[in-house]
Amino acid sequence: MTEQLKLESKQSIFYSPTARALGALAVVFIIGLIFNADGAFYKWGTHRDMLRAVSVFGILACGMTLVIISGGIDLSVASILALIAVAFSLFTIHWNWQPLAAVIICLVIGTACGTAAGVLIAKFTIQPFIATLAMMVFARGVAKWVSGGQKISTAVLQPDGSYKYVDVPAIFNFLNSKILGNNISVVTVVFLICLFISYILLVKLRPGRYIYAIGGNEVAARLSGVPVDTIKIFAYGLSGLFCAVAGICQAAQELQGDPEAGIGYELSAIAMVVIGGTSLQGGRGSIWLTLIGVLTIGYLEKILSINAVGEDKRLMLTGAIIIAAVLFQKTRK
Amino acid sequence: MAKENQQLLLKMDGISKAFAGVQVLTDVSFDLYAGEVHVLAGENGAGKTTLMKILAGVHIDYEGQISINGQSVRFNSVHDAAAKGISVIHQELSLVGTMNVAENIFLAKEKSVVGWLCQNAMIKQSRELLQSLGLEIDVEKYVADYPLSIQQMIEIAKAIAFDCRIIVMDEPTSALTKPEVEKLFGIISQLKSRGCGIIYITHKMEEIYRIADRITVLRDGAYIGTAEAAELPQNKLVQWMVGRELNQQFPRHLTNLGSVRLQVENFTVPDPSGKPVPAVNNVSFSVRAGEILGIAGLSGSGSSELLNGIFGTYGRKVTGSIKIDGQSFKTASPRKSIEHKISLLTKDRQATGLVTEMSIVHNVTLAALKKFSPCLWLRPKQELHRTQNQMQSLRLKAASPFQPVKSLSGGTQQKVVIAKWIETQPKIMLLDEPTRGIDVGAKHEIYELMNKWTSEGIAIVLITSEMPELLAMSDRIVVMHRGKITAEFSGNEATQEKILKAAMGEEMQN
Repeated sequence: MTEQLKLESKQSIFYSPTARALGALAVVFIIGLIFNADGAFYKWGTHRDMLRAVSVFGILACGMTLVIISGGIDLSVASILALIAVAFSLFTIHWNWQPLAAVIICLVIGTACGTAAGVLIAKFTIQPFIATLAMMVFARGVAKWVSGGQKISTAVLQPDGSYKYVDVPAIFNFLNSKILGNNISVVTVVFLICLFISYILLVKLRPGRYIYAIGGNEVAARLSGVPVDTIKIFAYGLSGLFCAVAGICQAAQELQGDPEAGIGYELSAIAMVVIGGTSLQGGRGSIWLTLIGVLTIGYLEKILSINAVGEDKRLMLTGAIIIAAVLFQKTRK
Repeated sequence: MAKENQQLLLKMDGISKAFAGVQVLTDVSFDLYAGEVHVLAGENGAGKTTLMKILAGVHIDYEGQISINGQSVRFNSVHDAAAKGISVIHQELSLVGTMNVAENIFLAKEKSVVGWLCQNAMIKQSRELLQSLGLEIDVEKYVADYPLSIQQMIEIAKAIAFDCRIIVMDEPTSALTKPEVEKLFGIISQLKSRGCGIIYITHKMEEIYRIADRITVLRDGAYIGTAEAAELPQNKLVQWMVGRELNQQFPRHLTNLGSVRLQVENFTVPDPSGKPVPAVNNVSFSVRAGEILGIAGLSGSGSSELLNGIFGTYGRKVTGSIKIDGQSFKTASPRKSIEHKISLLTKDRQATGLVTEMSIVHNVTLAALKKFSPCLWLRPKQELHRTQNQMQSLRLKAASPFQPVKSLSGGTQQKVVIAKWIETQPKIMLLDEPTRGIDVGAKHEIYELMNKWTSEGIAIVLITSEMPELLAMSDRIVVMHRGKITAEFSGNEATQEKILKAAMGEEMQN
């Protein structure tokens, strides 16, 4: 009996979600080593650029992970990102705000958007899909409204109809720079900080435990005294906060606030979480799985692009990989 | 009644059925003639529903013979059974609320010409059918727009629309008011005169003698007997239903009772699924420190809803007054109740007691997590330490405290739930079927725990459908029927017969 139990636990370590997710990442990585585009894959710069390219997605995926583990979904992330990109550009480029003030106000706006969706879900029991879909449409509308449908860039429209070009704010340049001997992008560092915050929350803090409990069995959690509504609102609010961080990075990378920015990013973020192995049914998963998912998709895209595979084929392959990864997870039972 | 000149519709012979090694039906026989109402009686867990599920083609792996109109049959699906004229009216309605009445009646049996639906014909036929049952309603309205009692009638119409000869009614009156029940009985006598046979399951003594032609009793999965209703007096029926020997050893030690710990007055809980009849209706009782109050009741008695209502499962929807140690307490949420040292061990540990994906440690500490995370920061070492202590004192055997709860056996899972509630240091424990689905050894350990808790001054309210357990462990017993308390007994004056009579709706004059 105990031997059987030991055997089972050994197997479950070997077949654990982490091992599976790492397996998928390793496969992609090996493909990169083989199709290395004349050694481009061996250069650190390639990896650095890949990390830079996935950072915004990764930040969105952090919030998405919290929400998905709690048993929900957040479709509004990309629209909140666009709204914040517009707002941040407006504050810093047009209105010449102090960077710190602009960042704080943006974080507050993002958190408020997420919290609003959370309140609809928890207090008015609207399905997460519907509530965040509404927030997705609404936030996109606000982004277009405050920007007048125009990209907010360093070309500032003057009252006489001419354009005056202003300097790029220092905060943009800082977020766009690379540090540690040009070896890592600042946005990647921001992504890693978000990952770390998510890790602390999910593993080390009481609300994180509650998030898992709600996703695993909401009724049992409620009957055990878990403040289910508060925790749900908190999770969506935090997702909104991460969206705001991603929106600021997005604006810095594009040097402008585009109200059309990030269309479809929510689906990429969900894909990254799911490829990592976090269950869409909630209750299961971890932030490290999401990191693995982010890297898997990041490497896949990078390898295809350095080998000059067209976007059409890249998209088709990414779709196929998502299915393969999810099927791989399903075979456990 | 002479059966010779009546047609035998159904014969079930030597039916046995086991679930995962647990025998739930042993060599049960049942038959049904045209034009009769045959009541199937028995306590909770007697096997009535399982037997009917076999008849309806839900359970297809059973032993024994079923013959219909003299022909031996073996159903492989619900569809097979329906094709043989068997129709089951479930306790839970099986109508699609978002379709209209006519569409529901003809669901999966639509009339069509080369795939084109004959809407008008179906509407006309539905209307005629309902009229023949004395129901004049708009058949083009959504089913969900009708009150539950009308929905029940629609369900019956659906059942008899297609030449059903054998109709199973499982507690059909649970959602109906008195006049509606009369209407239903009218329909039943109509069906009888048409030559249908009706199998009727109910926990209401009054109903049994109103409509039964014959009665068959099951007990603990075994066939006890069949008799003409007129030849089976009520006392004998009750005896058949409970007549088991009380030979199990129960270790209840009486403790010194303290002052009144929990006092509940005029407590009413509306039906959680929205039926017009409240699940708990104006109930009052009290429990003292160190006392075990047993609540007896058959399904639909509202005992479970009573405990959930007190605990806050339904939030503020409940009315009535609760006092804990003389202090008035307003039910708001489970969270608040736990803070006031109330625990509820729910009936279904998988669905409402545990987060099965999580480990033993995380489940044990879930309800008292504040204790393990001052300033929000979790203390895993403390959690592990407490859990290991609990595992030791409860003799909870597992490979590791980090094992997910879903991989544990039923008894071990129950101990995890118990450990979770002990961590909250309760003063009042509401136990809803604490020994359900666990083995004898684990049951015994739970009885010992209950003794330990009462000796520490905890007040316990115990619901159990196992009569011997109830009789042996309770210091006092109240009996509920349809949301009301119908009797109260002290531990030594209670007998199985008295309890069952009260549970079936006989008011006691004490």
